[in-house]
Amino acid sequence: MTKRLLSPALLDALERISLSRRALLAAAPVVSTVLALDARAQAQRPVIDITRARTDPLPIAIPDFAGAQPWGAQIAQVITANLARSGLFRPIDRRAFLQESPEATPRFAEWRVIGAQALVTGRVDQQGDRLRVEFRLWDVLPGTQIQGTAYTTQIPNWRRIAHICSDAIYERLLGEKGYFDTRIVYVSESGPRDRRIRRLAIMDQDGENHRFLTDGAWAALTPRFHPNTREIAYMSYARNEPRVYLMDVDTRRETLLGNFPGMTLSPRFSPDGNSVILSAIRGGDANIFVVDLRTRRERQLTSGPSLDVSPCFSPDGQKVVFNSDRGGDQQLYVMDADGGNVRRISFGQGRYATPVWSPRGDLIAFTRLTRGTFAIGVMRPDGSGERILSEGWQMEGPTFAPNGRVLAFWRETRAQDARGGGYSARLASIDITGFNERALPTPADASDPAWSPLIPG
Amino acid sequence: MKTKLLAPIAALALVAACAQAPDQGGAVTGAGQATGPRPGTQEDLVANVGDRVFFDFDRSDIRPDQAPTLDRQAAWLQTHRQVRVIIEGHADERGTREYNLALGQRRADSARNYLIARGVDGARISTISYGKDRPAVLGSNEEAWAQNRRAVTVVQ
Repeated sequence: MTKRLLSPALLDALERISLSRRALLAAAPVVSTVLALDARAQAQRPVIDITRARTDPLPIAIPDFAGAQPWGAQIAQVITANLARSGLFRPIDRRAFLQESPEATPRFAEWRVIGAQALVTGRVDQQGDRLRVEFRLWDVLPGTQIQGTAYTTQIPNWRRIAHICSDAIYERLLGEKGYFDTRIVYVSESGPRDRRIRRLAIMDQDGENHRFLTDGAWAALTPRFHPNTREIAYMSYARNEPRVYLMDVDTRRETLLGNFPGMTLSPRFSPDGNSVILSAIRGGDANIFVVDLRTRRERQLTSGPSLDVSPCFSPDGQKVVFNSDRGGDQQLYVMDADGGNVRRISFGQGRYATPVWSPRGDLIAFTRLTRGTFAIGVMRPDGSGERILSEGWQMEGPTFAPNGRVLAFWRETRAQDARGGGYSARLASIDITGFNERALPTPADASDPAWSPLIPG
Repeated sequence: MKTKLLAPIAALALVAACAQAPDQGGAVTGAGQATGPRPGTQEDLVANVGDRVFFDFDRSDIRPDQAPTLDRQAAWLQTHRQVRVIIEGHADERGTREYNLALGQRRADSARNYLIARGVDGARISTISYGKDRPAVLGSNEEAWAQNRRAVTVVQ
């Protein structure tokens, strides 16, 4: 199926970035209308997947889109930046291009000669207050179109089209969903470290469209997305009572999750979005509870004199991973969603914390703490196959991009003097291969990122 | 003339005492002097009793060397029966945020339970945890971390 659609040369290039076969999930993201320009390409999709570390990123050319400007050029730039950041593509320097903004069938020889394996072309038309964007993906060597789609949206929403095009390219060539049409919510930190102001902030995954969700009057921590990407759960110190709240990120309306006794913390939504799993501290012990969002009734999953925190559901909702000091120090445990069948899964050197289940279900990412070093790593849900992806003085809190290929987390640098000089807190991302670590730009110090699912519709 | 001069000096001294409080920790002992802070205030607690106790790494039990501070706090709270306090639990930076929030709460609860066992009415003592997010000392070394693993009693 794949071979009939992609040329041997492009397939070869893809194989070189370590792709192998894998079943694919259906459905592409849509802004308002998707128009198939090539029915054959829409109907059949590649079945290829990344399993090992990459070697060579795929050379791809993304000239400015023709038609209405500046959007045509800007959309091409956003796509270029997205694909470059993924580490799996190598966008070719535009100064090497021999033709601009091809509208009809490109002159493929001029793209072959500069080494492009894939080519993205497009056209933007302004229709009143809306933009219509057509984009096509070409396999350069045989000169065939392998994807063609049109989107329309409100003009201020143009970046989303660029992200959706990026996801379409990523998915068509790599055989798994992208993660560009997503947002990141995190804690923005300012002021001296002993009097930090901590505000929730949200931005597109590339750092654009940044805005604050809370005003900093009370510290807010540990924001986590609802599967619908429109709501978050987090902990706020409002009125000096640290408890879990919910917020609609569009209206910024906050509601207390429930009037439970004592501190509630480390919330996360269930995969179906109908409940929140969290820790509640009563009598010095932190235990895990699930709160039903309709009835607001709680169900206790763990008990006993331990600190059970950072619970996270498996993507099928059947299991929960959390960290607990029940065995003497912080380690990872997996249990059934009803609290039964608890078993420890971390047995390496040091303490283990902040487990998160990959959206693909195949891995659990964690923070590992040893005396001098913190690390971000992944292991299988049974605890086997542990791999450390990044190590440093202080790093924690991994969060998966929706395709399970990339993690975001935060890094802190060590204070060099008694006034805390030299300290910083910054977001970073890294592939689950351990390659391609990059800073995620934020206006100020930042911690506690959570990566959203793909934005629906 | 004299009183005009004295007022700003007294205010300065008070600010300095507050700023120093984290470094003095629970080591401060001794009876209040006639010219000292007003009895029953936070300043009195800091200067004459000790407002905080320290914990070992990843522990929340009251260390034997810290118990005398809580004994004095219990006696002080028995003397000043109108005073209500909140105990703030903290952790050092060598842990994860969520776990340290729980650990800080457990430390605050541990100190509260100790005071209750010494006869203080539990209704007068509330608790809150700031985890590792409000260090008293900004350094990044063992000495700083030892100062930051603490439960601080604050007059409300």
